[in-house]
Amino acid sequence: MREISDSTVEIVTEKARVIRRDIIEMLGKAGSGHTGGSLSAADIMACLYFWELNLDPLKPDWDGRDRFVLSKGHAAPVLYASLAERGFFPREQLGTLRKLGSPLQGHPDRKKLAGVEASTGSLGQGISWAVGMGLAGKIDAAPYRVYALLGDGELEEGMVWEAVMAAAHYRLDNLVIIVDNNGLQIDGPIKKVMSPEPIADKFRAFGCETIAIDGHDPRAIMDALSCARQVSGKPTAIIAATVKGKGCSFMEDRPEWHGVTPNTDEVQRALAELG
Amino acid sequence: MRNAYIKAIYDLAKEDKNILALVADNGAIVFDQFRCDYPEQFINFGISEANMVSAAAGLANCGKIPFAYTIAGFITMRAFEQVRNDVCLQKQNVKLVGVGAGMRYSAQGPTHHATEDIAIMRVLPSMNIIVPASPREAYAATRWAAQINGPVYIRLEATNEPEIYEEDYEFQLGKGVILKDGGDITLVAAGSIIHDVLTAANKLMEKGIHARVINMPSIKPIDKDIIIEAAQETGKIITIEEHNVIGGLGSTVAEVLLENRCSVIAFKPMGLQDCFGKGYGSHAYIKTKNGLSPEQIIENCLKMIGTLY
Repeated sequence: MREISDSTVEIVTEKARVIRRDIIEMLGKAGSGHTGGSLSAADIMACLYFWELNLDPLKPDWDGRDRFVLSKGHAAPVLYASLAERGFFPREQLGTLRKLGSPLQGHPDRKKLAGVEASTGSLGQGISWAVGMGLAGKIDAAPYRVYALLGDGELEEGMVWEAVMAAAHYRLDNLVIIVDNNGLQIDGPIKKVMSPEPIADKFRAFGCETIAIDGHDPRAIMDALSCARQVSGKPTAIIAATVKGKGCSFMEDRPEWHGVTPNTDEVQRALAELG
Repeated sequence: MRNAYIKAIYDLAKEDKNILALVADNGAIVFDQFRCDYPEQFINFGISEANMVSAAAGLANCGKIPFAYTIAGFITMRAFEQVRNDVCLQKQNVKLVGVGAGMRYSAQGPTHHATEDIAIMRVLPSMNIIVPASPREAYAATRWAAQINGPVYIRLEATNEPEIYEEDYEFQLGKGVILKDGGDITLVAAGSIIHDVLTAANKLMEKGIHARVINMPSIKPIDKDIIIEAAQETGKIITIEEHNVIGGLGSTVAEVLLENRCSVIAFKPMGLQDCFGKGYGSHAYIKTKNGLSPEQIIENCLKMIGTLY
């Protein structure tokens, strides 16, 4: 297992803070987009992009890179902030979110932005794409790993379970499925809309090594990612308990912030809270 | 055609280890040799077409050349959005291979027919559509598909379709093939129904009518020149397909005619007239039941010629 020092935790925590600030600022400027589900995934993304993923921003198409697929494509702002922070494009470009001609649009577009592995947005499809990448890695005996981040509402898509079944069947231990389990979807609590619970039990039953963690605890996230590297013969599912809108008290745990952006005052309040 | 496809994918897999045969629980027996000789290049996704197509896109994105094979209706309809978003929108090098197209699974009934597949694949940007008419054409088209970088839909039927080509036949994208020349009327078809068309054309000859027969294996892109020429030279065109007349070969030919201001005198699309395939039974019986027998082709030709002479 890899050592996770206090300074590593500090660095990742700081990156998550910056990513959250970027999300608020870019969504404030854009005037439309998905705020709550971007903020809930910020700690997970900071751990992935600043600790876990083997990437080279100067060679975004490098064959040996790890692959990250944002299956919950509507959380594009958290991906853009992570990619910019990691050096895939200048941070100033974040201000162009959803603007005419910008490569940063409402859902990630791999043809427009380096570092985006798959154009996603239609829920359920990204994880299958990731399974395909994992299969290719196995066929080639390539050392790269594949990561897919899913929403918990996304688990209502039947296709997700086809993909999980295939990942377990083909023993894809190079694949890590992370569920941003913030408990809310656009119509309300997932348990009320169409409950995918018990989530961890389902992934376990489908044949995944399943780890349930606090998705806002960087050490727990990094521990889980390290554990996944030790798993052999099956994929790992990390069920990360998160809070939608995490970091901005007036957005936290409120489904109305799924697809709404902060106004000027709210941007200031959110940034003040984030520090 | 099915066996010709399997032979082609076997030969391709031998030549290039990136060629993959993907199936959705259709591998039994027919893929045994492939599985035995190239187990690493064979992936069975079980009964989950949607996952197979999106995973194929992920495989292609990592340099593989996946041929995703299952029943035509399932791969084009069950997985339509996956084909659209992951294969076509993202221009991934995925080949979709549909078997049992048209009403070939005649005894299985309309849930197993594919009579809308050409229409829905046609509307997808970057998709190429190939409808082989014989085993040799299926073999050649499969080999051709492996050579180009981009999405292809190969619409196969089943087994025992008679051959129409010599051994050296080479498939060409965007090219139709004149199988029989004639100046009185043109019959355009795609798929094994070309044999019924040839039968009809031969019988018409006995009546002194010389029909031009065009096989159109490449539906998208389509051979515009061969259509325009036929319109100019024969003035009458009938299209024949085992597909809804909406959106298929007939629609494609009609679009070419109108766009090119062809002074066609008469045009008729034969196929399913905005309905599902009727009846259960042999393929020949089903085709007759749905208005696609050689006799019905002859009748339409005579009507078209009779009304105009």
